[in-house]
Amino acid sequence: MSSEVSTLAAQSRPFVFDFEEYRAEVGPQPSGAQARPPQRVVPTIGSGAFSADSRLAGITPASRLGARPTPEMVSSGIAAMDALTGGLPRGCLTEICGPASSGRTTLLLAALAAATRRGEFCALVDASDALDPQSVAAARVEWERLLWVRCGENSCPAEHRLEQVLRASDLLLESGGFGLIALDLGDLPEPAARRIPLTTWFRFRRAVEHTPTVLLAIERQPIAGSCSSLLIRLGSTNMGAPENRVSEPSTDSPFPAPSHAQLLTELKITAEMVRSRLDRKPVRSAEITFAGKTVWAG
Amino acid sequence: MPFACIYVPNFPVAAVFRAEPELRTQAIAIFEGKPPLEKVCAVNESAGRMGITPGMTKAQAELCVELTLRPRSPLQEAAGHAALLDCAQSFSPCVEDAALDTALVDLEGVEPLFGSLPEIAHAMSRRVTSLGLEAHVTVASNPDAAMLAARGFSGVTVIPQGKEGESLGSLPVEVLFADCEGEEGEGKQKKDEKKESTRLLLTLERWGIRHLCALAALPEVALSERLGQEGLRLQQLARGTASRTLVPVEAPAVFEEAIELEYPIVLLEPLAFLLNRLLEQICARLASRALNTQELRLTLELENFSSRKQQLEINNQPCSTPSATENRYSTICSNRREQFCRTLRLPLPMLDPKLFLKLLQLDLNTHPPGAPIRKIHLAAEPARSRSAQGGLFLSPSPEPEKLELTLARIAGLVGEARVGSLELLDTYRAEGFRMKRFVPGAASETNRHKSSSEEQPAIAALRMFRPPLRATVTLENGELVRVVCSKKKEVQGSVLWKAGPWRSSGDWWEREAWARDEWDIALQTADGAALYRLVHDRLGGSWFVDGTYD
Repeated sequence: MSSEVSTLAAQSRPFVFDFEEYRAEVGPQPSGAQARPPQRVVPTIGSGAFSADSRLAGITPASRLGARPTPEMVSSGIAAMDALTGGLPRGCLTEICGPASSGRTTLLLAALAAATRRGEFCALVDASDALDPQSVAAARVEWERLLWVRCGENSCPAEHRLEQVLRASDLLLESGGFGLIALDLGDLPEPAARRIPLTTWFRFRRAVEHTPTVLLAIERQPIAGSCSSLLIRLGSTNMGAPENRVSEPSTDSPFPAPSHAQLLTELKITAEMVRSRLDRKPVRSAEITFAGKTVWAG
Repeated sequence: MPFACIYVPNFPVAAVFRAEPELRTQAIAIFEGKPPLEKVCAVNESAGRMGITPGMTKAQAELCVELTLRPRSPLQEAAGHAALLDCAQSFSPCVEDAALDTALVDLEGVEPLFGSLPEIAHAMSRRVTSLGLEAHVTVASNPDAAMLAARGFSGVTVIPQGKEGESLGSLPVEVLFADCEGEEGEGKQKKDEKKESTRLLLTLERWGIRHLCALAALPEVALSERLGQEGLRLQQLARGTASRTLVPVEAPAVFEEAIELEYPIVLLEPLAFLLNRLLEQICARLASRALNTQELRLTLELENFSSRKQQLEINNQPCSTPSATENRYSTICSNRREQFCRTLRLPLPMLDPKLFLKLLQLDLNTHPPGAPIRKIHLAAEPARSRSAQGGLFLSPSPEPEKLELTLARIAGLVGEARVGSLELLDTYRAEGFRMKRFVPGAASETNRHKSSSEEQPAIAALRMFRPPLRATVTLENGELVRVVCSKKKEVQGSVLWKAGPWRSSGDWWEREAWARDEWDIALQTADGAALYRLVHDRLGGSWFVDGTYD
């Protein structure tokens, strides 16, 4: 048997050591001498079809897995909010939830104003036709860049409005080219809002993935589940507490100031980042407070 | 100087084939005239083989079962003629409108653009075919020779300079008189010209002159003695030596297509099929002149329901003859056809027939005609193509074509007036705004650059209730104590805090004057407290909750 085994043959079939053949080849060994098998060419690991590297070539070790690229963050229009969350993520779904008078619309208009200031086009799918044009103007949203879709008409039932919202959102996401698309479900009854299936939210999320569009959902309670990458809960401090009223300088009179002497100057808003899938380590709940000033407050 | 001639043979048939391409494989005859004296004026080759000839009455032609009859359509012929001129003008600005079926083109200076003369001739042939017409194209050194050759030879012909007489010699003398095939109802002058031409043709036939080469070989002096100047002119044409300048026309920028239906259409699907064809024809014509369109006008002639209704009413009356007045009214109704018009205005000049079709379909789904359709007329307003400067650092914006379709679909969902961008009106009235069309291109850049560097404080926004919620307000000593909204359960409670009233009024000089007092109130709710705007309508006396501060 040849002492050389061709590399090719070794690659194509397993190598078998035949002792009898070896003995016939080398002859009788002196007693006591340890028989050493001849030097044979063995298939080397790393070459040919049976090499471990080739089989493992498609598998990346976990230690070398790269982190999913973090999405680009854009300003929400409110510095305190940007400090809390880092901004609003592009290509992701952000939920902003809270009860009435918690500052949701304030934050929405601030985000729209920031987006239009950046030169982007925005779309607002308004489930309850609740947008106030005066507030839009006061927030300095460039209305030529804002597409307003007013769903529901007068006493339209909530289910019909919801259907319009979802279909309009689908069409806008498919069309593309918008920097911000906002779904205002703030006044939709909770049972109706909860009827939106998670598959719909998943579809929306996939539609904006890898696009520069910020998808924002305004609602009373979180309803998108794990489909949202950022969940912010807003609340307001107690409206009845005296410190939230701004009134004329108090006098020594024990009686409260009359209503015509009172003036609403700001809305104190608390914001809590409940969940963020944008950072690898879990985020602990962080809370900030900021104020939305009324137009006449100056 | 080279000239080209584009000639469409059997033009009435060609115009019908352009509108209904599926008829090309069938035997077809075109009839014209007033019933019952309609006569066949043109037939295609298949009909000719079946023995149908121009001049037969319609009744005679109808005896042939396999024959398709179509009325002569001036509208379709006008559209075909316009397409012919568009094709000619796409090669040269100097085009003569020689006849309904003929266009002459001055090719001076276009060779560097389009290639050699044979290449230009073939390109013309392809272009006119793409517009739905089958034409003969000829290039020669003078326009008359080109026209004669186009009428005599099929396909593409290029006559080298100096070889006109030789090339035209084999043509029959009838091609010299093809201009004089008149139409019904022509004027006295045309009739006289036709009579003279017939006389000349008969004379040439008596002399045994059958082809142009024979006419060209006749002695000039003898010919002028017998036929006069007209005879000499004909001889020059036969020799291919006639020379004249073109009388160029500026083809009107009218892009219209129409089709008259044999049977009325009831469903929108077959209508879409026909619209697609008309749109493709219009877009091809616009493209040949490097134009787009920003407005499409669709006019549908509907089946006359009025006269049918009148007829039904007369039939239902037991044994009563309609009066003279009723007879006259039913005549007026039967002569009048109802028209259904829709106009599609685009934000930017576009040229995409598929997009136009989808937009028209969405529009017709929302606003259906309501009656069977007899005739379809589509017109496009031409506009220059839009030009946009691209850039690497521009913000993303929606594609105009995609956006237009998206907006049309959303308008079909929520209503046309409920999608767009808003525009504030110069008024203090509540809801002083209107919706306008969302046009991305209209957004101005100037204001954006000014405010981009400024930090904007958050503004407390108001969420409106549309319509405002009617409220029941409890007052104690003139002070607001409790507010209850029956339609929205969460908007009710004791008034924790209030600011106001803020009084405003306006438009007292108009019919719709308004006057209101506004309060900002805080109500205790299940989730805490909420801020609302309460409004008292001083004119009507009602209380409303206008919105919530959010």
